[in-house]
Amino acid sequence: MQFDQSKCSVLKGFVTIKDGCAHVVPAAAVDLYFCSVSPGPCGGRLSTRTMLGRTLREVSAALKQGHITPTELCQKCLSIIKKTKFLNAYITVSEEVALKQAEESEKRYKKGHSLGDLDGIPIAVKDNFSTSGIETTCASNMLRGKGYVPPYNATVVQKLLDQGALLMGKTNLDEFAMGSGSTDGVFGPVKNPWSYSKQYREKRKQKSHCENEDSNWLITGGSSGGSAAAVSAFTCFAALGSDTGGSTRNPAAHCGLVGLKPSYGLVSRHGLIPLVNSMDVPGILTRCVDDAAIVLGVLAGHDPKDSTTIQDPVKPFVLPSLTDVSKLCIGIPKEYLTPELSSEVRSLWSKAANLFESEGAKVIEVSLPHTSYSIVCYHVLCTSEVASNMARFDGLEYGHRCDIDVSTEAMYAATRREGFNDVVRGRILSGNFFLLKENYENYFVKAQKVRRLIANDFVTVFNSGVDVLLTPTTLSEAVPYTEFIKEDNRTRSAQDDIFTQAANMAGLPAVSVPMALSNQGLPIGLQFIGRAFCDQELLTIARWFEKQVQFPVIQLQELMDDCSSVFENEKLASVSLKQ
Amino acid sequence: MAAPMLRLCCPGRRWALACIDGCSRHRRGAPNGCTSSRKRGQSSVAQQPFITAQKPRKGEHEWAAVVGLEIHAQISSKSKLFSGSQVHFAAPPNSLVSFFDASLPGTLPVLNRRCVEAAVMTGLALNCRINKKSLFDRKHYFYADLPAGYQITQQRLPIAVNGSLVYSFCAGKNRSQVINKTARVKQIQLEQDSGKSLHDDLRSQTLIDLNRAGVGLLEVVLEPDMSCGEEAATAVRELQLILQALGTSQANMAEGQLRVDANISVHHPGEPLGVRTEVKNLNSARFLAKAIDYEIQRQINELENGGEILNETRSFDSKLGCTIPMRDKEGKQDYRFMPEPNLPPLLLYDTESLPAGADPQQVIDIDRIREQLPELPSVTREKLVQQYGMLPEHSFTLLNEVGLLEFFQNVMKETRAEPKKVTSWVLNTLLGFLKQQNLAVSESPVTPSALAELLNLLDRKAISSSAAKQVFEELWRNEGKTPAQIVSEKKLELMQDQEALEQLCHAVMEGHPQVVMDVKKGNPRAINKLIGLVRKVTLSRADPTVIKEILEKKLAS
Repeated sequence: MQFDQSKCSVLKGFVTIKDGCAHVVPAAAVDLYFCSVSPGPCGGRLSTRTMLGRTLREVSAALKQGHITPTELCQKCLSIIKKTKFLNAYITVSEEVALKQAEESEKRYKKGHSLGDLDGIPIAVKDNFSTSGIETTCASNMLRGKGYVPPYNATVVQKLLDQGALLMGKTNLDEFAMGSGSTDGVFGPVKNPWSYSKQYREKRKQKSHCENEDSNWLITGGSSGGSAAAVSAFTCFAALGSDTGGSTRNPAAHCGLVGLKPSYGLVSRHGLIPLVNSMDVPGILTRCVDDAAIVLGVLAGHDPKDSTTIQDPVKPFVLPSLTDVSKLCIGIPKEYLTPELSSEVRSLWSKAANLFESEGAKVIEVSLPHTSYSIVCYHVLCTSEVASNMARFDGLEYGHRCDIDVSTEAMYAATRREGFNDVVRGRILSGNFFLLKENYENYFVKAQKVRRLIANDFVTVFNSGVDVLLTPTTLSEAVPYTEFIKEDNRTRSAQDDIFTQAANMAGLPAVSVPMALSNQGLPIGLQFIGRAFCDQELLTIARWFEKQVQFPVIQLQELMDDCSSVFENEKLASVSLKQ
Repeated sequence: MAAPMLRLCCPGRRWALACIDGCSRHRRGAPNGCTSSRKRGQSSVAQQPFITAQKPRKGEHEWAAVVGLEIHAQISSKSKLFSGSQVHFAAPPNSLVSFFDASLPGTLPVLNRRCVEAAVMTGLALNCRINKKSLFDRKHYFYADLPAGYQITQQRLPIAVNGSLVYSFCAGKNRSQVINKTARVKQIQLEQDSGKSLHDDLRSQTLIDLNRAGVGLLEVVLEPDMSCGEEAATAVRELQLILQALGTSQANMAEGQLRVDANISVHHPGEPLGVRTEVKNLNSARFLAKAIDYEIQRQINELENGGEILNETRSFDSKLGCTIPMRDKEGKQDYRFMPEPNLPPLLLYDTESLPAGADPQQVIDIDRIREQLPELPSVTREKLVQQYGMLPEHSFTLLNEVGLLEFFQNVMKETRAEPKKVTSWVLNTLLGFLKQQNLAVSESPVTPSALAELLNLLDRKAISSSAAKQVFEELWRNEGKTPAQIVSEKKLELMQDQEALEQLCHAVMEGHPQVVMDVKKGNPRAINKLIGLVRKVTLSRADPTVIKEILEKKLAS
């Protein structure tokens, strides 16, 4: 795969870069969001504080300084996982594996040989990444039926484990990642931790709804909703999602997280059970941009097992701190201002644009004229690849197999009918229709041409001097499940991917950064889209933005009943925009 | 190239006998070892006699047959096309299966460099244009031995296109005339092999062996430029020799490394081509020829009887000698081709386009492969004819038997004997013995050195030719003795002692006065009898010409 890294130098040229990371705060100075759920084994040192609310970088520093051990951290996370089981974030909790890894990590720390920033850090992985020895289901009966246990690790999983990360478990999703709500998997929907946040509950009380609160929980977005809920509810410090049309950024926005979709080809897809090979990218969900950068630094680079990854070596990096945005040019795509966009998101979007402008950046309206064709184009390409990729699930080599054995064909048919849900079957059906000889030119080839036009739109804009595009991530904040399921999966996916899928079509890096809470007390994220393979530059700008907006931390005291006192003591960061 | 016509002379005659353009003429000399075309005709037609009510009017029954071939050659490589699994014939079932071969979800193809080089080399040898950019596609169909539900192939933009395969017949009175024919090569594409299904009808089970799944194949598509089974078989044989010379495929049909699908149709000359059928999985040259000829005949019969030809896939039943429709393909398959998204375009370079400082491990230079092309069979044959004055027919035979040319060349290196003598010994004696015992050249108990030594003895006139035959037989029994040892043990050396010979001649003449009388009366044949008698007493160890000289001298005196 060829790409041009020279474009990135444009940005490097004028961004003021400071070495080091101002974000690393000594552990003792960090506000703590939780008390310990059980007295720590090391006595009083941790009895009132845990590291759970911290960012990955902070807790990494704490581990290095010995303020907490990997085993303690792992046990805390496991206990939160148990407490938050009702969120349905995890399909499989790999407790034994995690504790074993924590033990190993602890030994390394004791010897002073930590493997790096991720050593001893609890992470979670979406259940469509292959994990050696750990069941992988894609939230589908097709793989769950016989308990498919991959014999190998996805490259990204292996890279995390090689860095000493602790694998807490496999997170929930829409079946085979087909959806935008994390509601259409065989294990049931994922609940958005923000449904139980103090911020949201307080707003709801003010509005004095008469509905039953428990039945009015919110969706996480998706399809990486389990990963988003897992990070958002403090069960881990980072999670892998996958992003084909927005599946990492969408739940990140709904759960108040940073959701990064790296450039296509920067991160290996080997071991990621594919949805659309030409658009899939492993995604990263973290609580802050710095954390996403750390994880990206570990994951990025050529993988001999994935021929679509870049050949050039990627060096580990630390995000430079950006203090001066005056030489940046921010593009605002006018086509993204759709009627369906909620007024709140719209106003935050324009606030964000104003923020950049007020700090001296050049903010200009740009046009991506083929945006409106994106959804239908995506539909054709996605379903076609789905039809192809799902052909391997025939009940022979692995996964579910029906009892019918009158003929191989009958066995295939029944196996696939029983193994896949309606959404998957529907996409297979339409995909096969588009690939028929008589339809191929009219649908698939046309869609590919449109895809090229969409990708060219971005090239044109970036060539005109725009450094990064600023767009909404979602139309609105997260909606209640009962509201969400009124529409069918296809309609919802089409609506919800509207701002995100074009980046997948063009292979561009994009990141959703939480900006503020809505009137209802729910997170709203905005998206930055960067030039291909300029992921670091994109994250540098995202981090500047993150620092300006000071997005509040989720308050989950009612969720963790024994932590309430700490929550109440805590100063809540307000929704403040420095303008 | 116009398809040769197949004329049906009169009802009941086999078309093959009337094949006007070279098919029947050089039937015996088909260099593919397929010498059974007469048998072929009998066996296939015997089962499907003509039912023609009236003698047709002249011209009405002219048929032309058109045959195109899709040849799958397994690439000779250590590992599979897209995975690191090893490639071995007859390994224990499912012992050479990587996660990718078993289509485990999340696995991705990684292209094998060796396979690409093999494709480029084959393309160059077949005069193809090598595409500097080629693409991979998925071809979908459900089958138990196709784990992913699709085969990765090169449908849209294959690695090589527009080539030609020249194959030759020996014809003419002394079979010394070489007739060249050309089949256009439409394309060569890289693709994956499938696994193997083993049907256990007794227990109504199908067992799957994935060892072969994902092995690299070269699909060579030949345009419908052939017109009968023998032409097709000859073309395939030539391709087989080329692949073997290149080392790009072992091309052993018995081991399934070379499999042929034939597209066959018949039409009246001057009219559009007929509906074609595809006969799949022909895995021997003999069956290939048989199946094609049977199918041509079947189509002609069908049409003459007012039937129609269906565009269908058929298989060849080698026991019954006929083609039968394949059960599993009811409707026309729609393979729903789609670009393989996990493989970037395959880019090749030549000396001009090679990027400066490119890692040689990451790029393939077509020109470098061109430099490495070995001598092709047609050139080898030509050289044999020129260098040794060999008959073209002999050059074909030498190349057609695996290892025979090398054997011949090794003998040539160590002997002073005339090339023609060596050729005759290798092609008649050695090959005859091998055929008789159904052995390969590599299994010959007589080594090239032994044969060379034997021929040296013969050349020096140390032994007679009949003694040489005897020595060869001894060598064949393989008792570890050298020709010289055998000669001395069996006392086969020629009697060089003139005096002793003269005495023997004298004794024979004395013992057979009647014969001597006959000679003197002028019976020219009588001297041969005397020579025979002398040879007998010398135990065939005397040179007949020397005996003749002595006898003539004595008779004249």
